[in-house]
Amino acid sequence: MSTPATRLDRLTGPITEAGRCLLFLFRMLSGIRLSGQQVLTVLQQTYLIGARSLVIIMICGFFVGMVLSLQAINALEQFGASDQVSLLVGKSLFRELGPVLTALLFAGRAGTSITAEIGLMKATNQLEAMELMAIDPVQRIALPRFAAGVISVPLLTGMFCALAILGSVVFSIGVMGLDAGIFWSKLQTGVYFQKDFIGGIWKSVVFGGTVSLIAVYFGYSARPTGAGVGTATTNTVVLSSVLILVFDFIMTSFLT
Amino acid sequence: MVRIRDLVFRRGNRTILDGVDIDIPRGAIVAFMGPSGVGKTTILRLISGQLRPDSGTVEINGQLISSMSDRELHHFRRNIGVLLQDGALFTDLTVFENIATPVREHTDLPEALVRRLVMSKLNAVGLGGIEYKMPHELSGGMARRVAFARAVVLDPAIMLYDEPMTGLDPIAVSTIRTLMRETNDALGQTSVVVSHNVTQVRQFADYCYIIASAKIAGEGTPEELASSREPRVDQFMNGKVEGPIPFHYEPPGAPWGLLD
Repeated sequence: MSTPATRLDRLTGPITEAGRCLLFLFRMLSGIRLSGQQVLTVLQQTYLIGARSLVIIMICGFFVGMVLSLQAINALEQFGASDQVSLLVGKSLFRELGPVLTALLFAGRAGTSITAEIGLMKATNQLEAMELMAIDPVQRIALPRFAAGVISVPLLTGMFCALAILGSVVFSIGVMGLDAGIFWSKLQTGVYFQKDFIGGIWKSVVFGGTVSLIAVYFGYSARPTGAGVGTATTNTVVLSSVLILVFDFIMTSFLT
Repeated sequence: MVRIRDLVFRRGNRTILDGVDIDIPRGAIVAFMGPSGVGKTTILRLISGQLRPDSGTVEINGQLISSMSDRELHHFRRNIGVLLQDGALFTDLTVFENIATPVREHTDLPEALVRRLVMSKLNAVGLGGIEYKMPHELSGGMARRVAFARAVVLDPAIMLYDEPMTGLDPIAVSTIRTLMRETNDALGQTSVVVSHNVTQVRQFADYCYIIASAKIAGEGTPEELASSREPRVDQFMNGKVEGPIPFHYEPPGAPWGLLD
């Protein structure tokens, strides 16, 4: 049976955790030095967590483009408007599906590995060893991974969208036989670079920051046991996914 | 060099250390012994400033560790080398990068000099030629020696060892023991070692403290402690089950046994 004190803890617990997470973010940001070594570490991490997520992002992007075109053509055909498919696919991709799906895939592919890696480093006393060597693990371990996430997700979003358009081209033009000229001209005239594409990229920067912050924070604050690291990894995926969708709604409200 | 006075440290309701006084002279290897869970590693963490005492002072070279700010502590730790129980090598870095990390972090030495320094330490622990191996490719003894090279790469004034020989084969134990002694004497270091292995401690320590029931149960050279008649020291040094040091853990405030 829960006492009033534990009920209060349940209420204040998430708020306290959110506060700790923000303090952790400030601690990371205060460590930005732009030194050669720090830039090199960020580039290494961008390769490890960004470039290595490329294949899954490209495959998923291609099939999302195909399935989107399939559904759109089925629906638009009823109104004799199937030549508008590239407009529908382009708008929905650049504004919503590209940033959101890329961030969700990134949370599953890279967010989990960041949490597990940092959690394991904690469990095997590597973070403690760093502190004892007068090296701040937040700056040395967490900051490069966070920065790499912020850089990677917009780039991956661009790639996701490009492959999704390719998937749409393959299905709409190659399979359904739509006119290539109409497909490209609708896409060119109906999808706006500033409003649709750059708006989506801004979203992806926020999503990348959110997923990376959650991943490094949960890894850093994980209980140093096998079960603790497992729980932290699960929490990273769950909370990242929820927050991506919440922030997507908030940003869409302001951007449109 | 290390001076601890009237130290009290608690975890929740449990008093881990109660009114402890310790003096560690410069150049000595001093060992802390005692049963598992008695607070030996806690002393190491109090000396390194990872933990703060509830009362009392920890002083190194006249500087009060126990009242330093986090920034001052961070700066001060450059004088301290630590060898943790499992070595704690950075698993994503090669052996070379592991040893080079503190050098790159705290000095502006050119790369050629960093390389010479790292290789000289690696050769000193008898592992020249494995610099490009990853930690998972090393045996337990090799990993501990690499961790040792990393801990002494900046020639710290104080070395802290947490169970440095646990889980190693006899040859690796002898190697680590020799390295500890030689480095300590060559660099004029002060070494603090936590161990529960009486036989090993007798072979390398200049002075020992035995901790039991949150107090210093006995102190002296290994020979003095071996012949001590103090009941707790005698029980620990000779591994006796019966004696004043309880085998069972007694939670604070909890009744012991159903009929108590």
